[in-house]
Amino acid sequence: MSDQSILVLVETDEHGAAEVSRETLSFAHRLAERYDGRVTALVVGEVPEGLPEQLGGFAVDRVLQAHGDGFTAYAAAAWAAAVVASTTTTGARVVMAAGTPRGNEVMAHAATRLGVVMAANVVTAEAAEPLLVSRQVLGGSALEELRLDGTVAVLTVAGHACEETPAPVPTRPVVEPVEVPLTPEDLRARVVRTEQGEPDESGGLRTARVVVGAGRGAGGPDGFKDLVELADRLGAAMGVSRVVTSLGWRPHHEQVGQTGSRIAPDLYIPCGISGAIQHWAGCSSAKTILAINTDPDAPMVTKAHYAVIGDLHEVVPAINEELRRRRG
Amino acid sequence: MVNVLVCIKRVPDIGGEILLAGDSMSVDTRYVGHTVSPHESCAVELAVRTAAATGGEATVLSLGSADSVEQIRDALAVGCTGAVLVEAEPDRYGPGDVAEAIADVVRSHEAEGRPYDLVLLGNDAADTGDFQVGIRLAYALGRPVVAGVSALEVDGDVVTARADGPAGVDIFVVSLPAVVTVMEGGVEPRYPSIPGRMKAKRVVVETVTPAREPVGSGRVALRLPPSQPSQVQVLGEGPEAAAAVVDLLESLGVAR
Repeated sequence: MSDQSILVLVETDEHGAAEVSRETLSFAHRLAERYDGRVTALVVGEVPEGLPEQLGGFAVDRVLQAHGDGFTAYAAAAWAAAVVASTTTTGARVVMAAGTPRGNEVMAHAATRLGVVMAANVVTAEAAEPLLVSRQVLGGSALEELRLDGTVAVLTVAGHACEETPAPVPTRPVVEPVEVPLTPEDLRARVVRTEQGEPDESGGLRTARVVVGAGRGAGGPDGFKDLVELADRLGAAMGVSRVVTSLGWRPHHEQVGQTGSRIAPDLYIPCGISGAIQHWAGCSSAKTILAINTDPDAPMVTKAHYAVIGDLHEVVPAINEELRRRRG
Repeated sequence: MVNVLVCIKRVPDIGGEILLAGDSMSVDTRYVGHTVSPHESCAVELAVRTAAATGGEATVLSLGSADSVEQIRDALAVGCTGAVLVEAEPDRYGPGDVAEAIADVVRSHEAEGRPYDLVLLGNDAADTGDFQVGIRLAYALGRPVVAGVSALEVDGDVVTARADGPAGVDIFVVSLPAVVTVMEGGVEPRYPSIPGRMKAKRVVVETVTPAREPVGSGRVALRLPPSQPSQVQVLGEGPEAAAAVVDLLESLGVAR
């Protein structure tokens, strides 16, 4: 399997390639090395300034750009058409994107068009023929080994499955336009406008360095005062378990878990959260976990690095008091 | 009048430890309950609301074992009025197979004069997390699809859907018939009432078998991550542990 080409759909923001896309580029580069292959990046829409240099840092060989009238607003089917056209242009045998909502959506369209299965949220790939991957299932609590038969393997890479690692020898890729034939069908489901969502008062949950978590142990909608104070004192974001949002105690955008945000802070302080799989799926990437819980056998406690056994309504005010005392 | 088909999947309700079956190809579900994913509960709620608002009907469909009738009855109890069980071993069905089987039902009902204007599914199944059945279904039916939708409204033959995007809430306006996959967060699924439960028991579930052999998903095996022995360091019990906690916060550089 030599001279393999890997295509990566790169999502961009105002800073260039988004963090998850940079992780995916690192994943692709590692796989390409084992194949003795090359990595092509596909960018849809505008190419932010400095992006080619940034992509060169991941040893990207070529940068393809799909742009024009069909790409001014997000349409998953049109993006997938760009992925398929780029796959043909490069002869790519592996096509991947980050496991974001858009990454999964576009790759599902692309896989359907290419007549193959998409493997979502892949964590490892073996350079075998056919490609053998393992992917997160059951909310990240189990792995599925999957054989990707077919002429091209289509997958998305799970967030934090791969560290962002720049290539030792950077490249200097140039941007080439890719011709994408679009049909009216490709533009039927297209973003017509974007509205500001409900204000995010969670303090940037997904990117926060410190997150204070709260679960059923909070006891009710009025049980968060001390937790919010602790979060304020630590400059932390608030994150809650699914039961808390289901009961309407806190807004949905604060939810951490399989159907909420996935977080990867330096420190996570889950208070009164038992640690069901649904929640663990969203917080298992935290570097350090300090659990506060009445039950020493709760999964959140046994999986944590540090724990305090006790009622959060007694422990958290004491921590706030101690922080206040030491600051003088 | 908008007729809605909402597709759900019976999945193990796993709170704690997962056990695998002997052949490592599936989850051992002998000792666990079953449920549907939160995304699908919201899809059922949106189906019922849309049908009620337009004077149409909401029909629930599940592909799975005969036991899936339990989840079908739950959807009937909150307002779906029709039900289809595509009886099959779900583990043998890959995402493409499931989409084809649903498309066959949509086409055969349409041929009988029961077309579906809107097909709703969860964004991804709670067990396999494939993120693609709804999209494949849309291609099989030649319909537009919007994914990751938290709220929707039908006006005439147009559906307006809201989905969280990277820069805010993306609005899509799509002509019916269409396929929409639903994400939790936009609506609160209702609880069944006692009369709802009684009514659900009386609905006849149409049972069909898939017309074609499944291709499968390509699954080689399931694997559990090696269980890590607990490394937890207990800092103390109750409020007396506060000093040790703040010591830790200071050593991690997060106390300010």
